[in-house]
Amino acid sequence: MHEMALAEGILQVVEDAVRGQRVRRVTEIRLEIGALAGVELEALRFCLDVVLRDSLAEGAELDLDLTPGEGWCLACGQRVTISELFDACPLCGGYQVQATGGTEMRVKEILVD
Amino acid sequence: MCTTCGCGQGETRIEGDDQEHAHTHEHAHEHVHEHWHEHTHADGTVHSHAHTHSHTHGHAHSHGHGDQTERPHDHEGLHDAAAPHGHPHADADLHAGAQGRHEHGHGQEQGQGQDLHYGQGPAHAHAPGLSQARMVQIERDILSKNDAYAADNRRRLAERGIFAVNLVSSPGSGKTTLLVETIRRLKGRAPIAVVEGDQQTTTDADRIRATGAPAIQVNTGKGCHLDAHMVGHALERLALADESLLLIENVGNLVCPAAFDLGEACKVVILSVTEGEDKPLKYPNMFDAARLMLLNKVDLLPHLRFDLEACLGYARRVNPGLEVLQVSATTGQGMDAWLDWLMAGLDQARTARAQDMAALRRRIAELEAQLAARG
Repeated sequence: MHEMALAEGILQVVEDAVRGQRVRRVTEIRLEIGALAGVELEALRFCLDVVLRDSLAEGAELDLDLTPGEGWCLACGQRVTISELFDACPLCGGYQVQATGGTEMRVKEILVD
Repeated sequence: MCTTCGCGQGETRIEGDDQEHAHTHEHAHEHVHEHWHEHTHADGTVHSHAHTHSHTHGHAHSHGHGDQTERPHDHEGLHDAAAPHGHPHADADLHAGAQGRHEHGHGQEQGQGQDLHYGQGPAHAHAPGLSQARMVQIERDILSKNDAYAADNRRRLAERGIFAVNLVSSPGSGKTTLLVETIRRLKGRAPIAVVEGDQQTTTDADRIRATGAPAIQVNTGKGCHLDAHMVGHALERLALADESLLLIENVGNLVCPAAFDLGEACKVVILSVTEGEDKPLKYPNMFDAARLMLLNKVDLLPHLRFDLEACLGYARRVNPGLEVLQVSATTGQGMDAWLDWLMAGLDQARTARAQDMAALRRRIAELEAQLAARG
């Protein structure tokens, strides 16, 4: 996806968080990325490398928490785990599955000094 | 780019700024609550290494502007009045130059010919001073800034009973032709305004303006999608009528625009039959994000090997709730159903606005009654 825009979004969130604080540098960034968010992790790493350059988070270590995709099967009437938006329901094999979770893209925390 | 809001990468331009450009737009600033925790935490489960450090609690709340109303803000650094102005545009376009410099045209100001251009380069906050290793809990969505602007746009549109749709597709799906035809057919039924997103050129906005509808071009520069902040600026420059339709034509791209909420009522994905029936599976995020799929250029079906049923199956597999209309902007096939769909959305927006206004009037009447009782 638009990993460059996401990388810039991450830098913004981080900079907002440390603005006005006594922070010399950000050494670690922990992200939560859902399996259905459409984020290409290697591309994100690459873009972050570029975007964080010359910022106070330059060289920060990246921690990725991957959350599983979750859907609601209309036919089964229950919550199921899916890894793609077009996955069939693992219970009934049908495609009446609406994605309900695993689309998050969040900055959870950062380590600063 | 706006360094305060941090919107947009690349060189975005929105038509319609004038030269001074104090950038007073009424985007509410979102609240940012930052909590500084001091705790000792020997390695968590997720971290591959141990953090042992202590943290102090001291809540550094920097929440801005509780009054969620219009709060003009400047774009620091970007719009330097002293910066060189170059770039004459016949239609008074506005550009924030690449290096945070503002270049814009002061040609003849035409009523609607006004482009807005964003610069680039994120603002960096370097905070010198003492430091100590500590973990800062943030818990914010990566796109939270965009989402806050989107919420603001959505509130402003709802207050005025405007039904806004975000039209997304790959390049060449026939979006602009469909829009032109839509405007032509809706003439006299509902006022329409258009926001046109492209990386470069004002060609599409010019095509829309030729129909008589107000349109504004947003050039995203290097950006692959419109974001809510750009659209917020565009809305200020468009002469939007109350209880009207707003059609936002996103940058031709089936990937990135899926993630960016602009404040629209819903996304409409346009897929032309010349693109192949497997697009919904190849670009599932977009088809998942949309409420309606317009299958365009269906007049060409007899000439193509396009498996219509398979296409609809794939689309519903990704998004079981997806509505589908088959249209051809060229022959007019299916256009009535599409127009009815738009008008139904507009009716809902009107009804919601009427209900809001009625509730406000009731509230005023109640307050007046209370006042009278005391007087």
